[in-house]
Amino acid sequence: MKETKKNSNKAMLYSLIPGLGQFYNQQKFKGMLFLILTLAFVCELLLFGGSALGGFITLGTVPMEDHSMFLMIQGTLQLLVTMIFIGFYFINLKDAKQVAEDWNQGKTVHTTTKAILANLFDQGFPYLLTFPAYILMIFIIVFPVLVTVFMAFTNYDFYHIPPAQLIDWVGFKNFFSIFFLSSYRATFSSVFWWTLIWTICASTLQICLGIMTAMIANQSFIKGKRVFGVIFLLPWAVPAFITIMSFSNIFNDSAGAINTQVIPFLNHIPFFDIPSIAWKTDPFWTKTAIILIQGWLGFPYIYVMVTGILQSIPGELYEAAKIDGANALQRFRQITLPMILLVAAPIFVTQYTGNFNNFSMIYLFNNGGPGSVGGGAGSTDILISWIYKLTTGNSPQYSVAAAVTLLISAIVIGVSLLVFKQTKAFSLED
Amino acid sequence: MNKIKTQKNTRRISHFLTYVYMILLSIIVVYPILITVSSAFKKGNVTAFTLSLHNDWTFLNFQRLFQETLYGTWYKNTLIIAIFTMIVQVTIITLAGYTYSRYRFAGRKSSLKLFLIVQMVPTMAALTAFYVMALLLNALDQFWFLTLIYIGGGIPMNTWLMKGYFDTVPIDLDESAKLDGAGHFRIFAQIILPLVRPMIAVQSLWAFMGPFGDYMLAKFLLRSEEKYTVAVGLQTFISDEQNQKVVLFSAGAILIALPISILFFFLQKHFVSGLIAGGTKG
Repeated sequence: MKETKKNSNKAMLYSLIPGLGQFYNQQKFKGMLFLILTLAFVCELLLFGGSALGGFITLGTVPMEDHSMFLMIQGTLQLLVTMIFIGFYFINLKDAKQVAEDWNQGKTVHTTTKAILANLFDQGFPYLLTFPAYILMIFIIVFPVLVTVFMAFTNYDFYHIPPAQLIDWVGFKNFFSIFFLSSYRATFSSVFWWTLIWTICASTLQICLGIMTAMIANQSFIKGKRVFGVIFLLPWAVPAFITIMSFSNIFNDSAGAINTQVIPFLNHIPFFDIPSIAWKTDPFWTKTAIILIQGWLGFPYIYVMVTGILQSIPGELYEAAKIDGANALQRFRQITLPMILLVAAPIFVTQYTGNFNNFSMIYLFNNGGPGSVGGGAGSTDILISWIYKLTTGNSPQYSVAAAVTLLISAIVIGVSLLVFKQTKAFSLED
Repeated sequence: MNKIKTQKNTRRISHFLTYVYMILLSIIVVYPILITVSSAFKKGNVTAFTLSLHNDWTFLNFQRLFQETLYGTWYKNTLIIAIFTMIVQVTIITLAGYTYSRYRFAGRKSSLKLFLIVQMVPTMAALTAFYVMALLLNALDQFWFLTLIYIGGGIPMNTWLMKGYFDTVPIDLDESAKLDGAGHFRIFAQIILPLVRPMIAVQSLWAFMGPFGDYMLAKFLLRSEEKYTVAVGLQTFISDEQNQKVVLFSAGAILIALPISILFFFLQKHFVSGLIAGGTKG
């Protein structure tokens, strides 16, 4: 070690070309590695990336030759690669400065290739283990979502199907039409309100039913607890799509079991006189049916969670409250409910966000129908099933669908973050 | 004396009401399931589900299912996708969950937060992009593409749950093992992994169930009938209002629901501990 004093700012300055700062810090192997990475990126940019970014800006100029969507995908990919490189670039700067400071403070600095590799393995072990998770998340979630974000600012629809036609950037036009263009606005607001009502009613129903059932079934005197426990779990154990499709048939207006069996049976009870109900053709009754079915489908999950929580509450707590003269309602409000909320609040929130996006229930029960509220949406369509129809219908409206998707995601993420912050259940205190 | 009697009476009424509630709810739960199950054994072609216990019973529907329809192929497709999804996803989230629980490294907190936010984005947000990607990669109608999506989609949330469960394993165990000279891999594979087996079982079941239960993505990305998964395939039995094959649908439904429900009840006791631990411990 000839020289042990390093100028950290100088090191950083050298590293404006990645690798040079590392050479300055006498870490030859690291410097070479960084330099090669940078060269590789520059080559990639020259050979492929530059034209990809150019294509991303123009989205193609010659129909049939340029496929606008492919250009967008390649461009987005290039943006991701560039972002990763920029991240690496800053790490390189920080590293040059850090190592130079380590020199000055007399800390051990690994200069031999072997020592650096060993150190890399030790330090890099956590990154190595999480690497597959990152890669998959970036390519399966982040990347497609980015493409959707960009798509929302184009005119990709059935008039513009590549490669025969080109797609263009149109700025905020899609958002503008959702909020201000009369036809879309009417559909959007109608679908949006029903989505809210559906989310609140269905989730609240399944949560209340779940808590109530757990509290009732948890009383000590009940015989046959195991049998009831198995029965109450059935709606969760059977895959949801099967039950929804079955219910779709059971609620059939003319031949379904509800109208041909259950209602006639109920009418045997004195004072009951219910006519057949138009479950599939009257929007009001379809909506009622899906909310009830979701209650049926969703309560076991809550029931299981709450049962677990109830059994963990120490019995002395209730004994003490009883001695203090608290009645059943007070005991519930002061002990049981806070305990449940403390543990299960995040789970409850996921019920709401889940139902907000509960595609299967809406689509498989009655295809979003009956009837139509314009814009291709049926009267029971929620935002997510409307998007599905916009994307898969005969005259697909990809860009509008993407714009609505962005709005939905913003709402869901916003609400979840707000609640998670409140409950602190997902806080990261170590 | 009188007071005790009224107390006894209210107790009796509350017990009675409790049983009424439990039995009513049981009927509501069991009735539709029983309808589906019984329909699978009905003779002839029924148009709609009703519960009737005096029919001619038959196993013919199951035979027809495999002879007249592509059900067998669909089932095989789904199994292939489900098994791959399960193995790859569980491996990845176990490694990642362990890392987040045990190592403190730069970027740990921010990437955990990123997972949490990414997890909230609905799958639908990527639907069109998946389609274009599939076109570009020539992956429409290909299992590998759908499998990758199933794997990737579950990673953020399940990594969180996994990490939460690893957190419940006391860290002293690692430290004493380290003192005994065990390396990274030994500590992970021989000491910690056996302790989180219940959670791995639960996660495996969920990863396995995913492809069986998903309708949306499979319907969107698999275009030819012999490539369908069971969810998409079964739907074709009842989607045509004029020509509903209710008995076949029911028979097919049973063959999916039965093994999954059995696995479900088998692992059920781990659900609560896993979810509550994963959801609340930071």
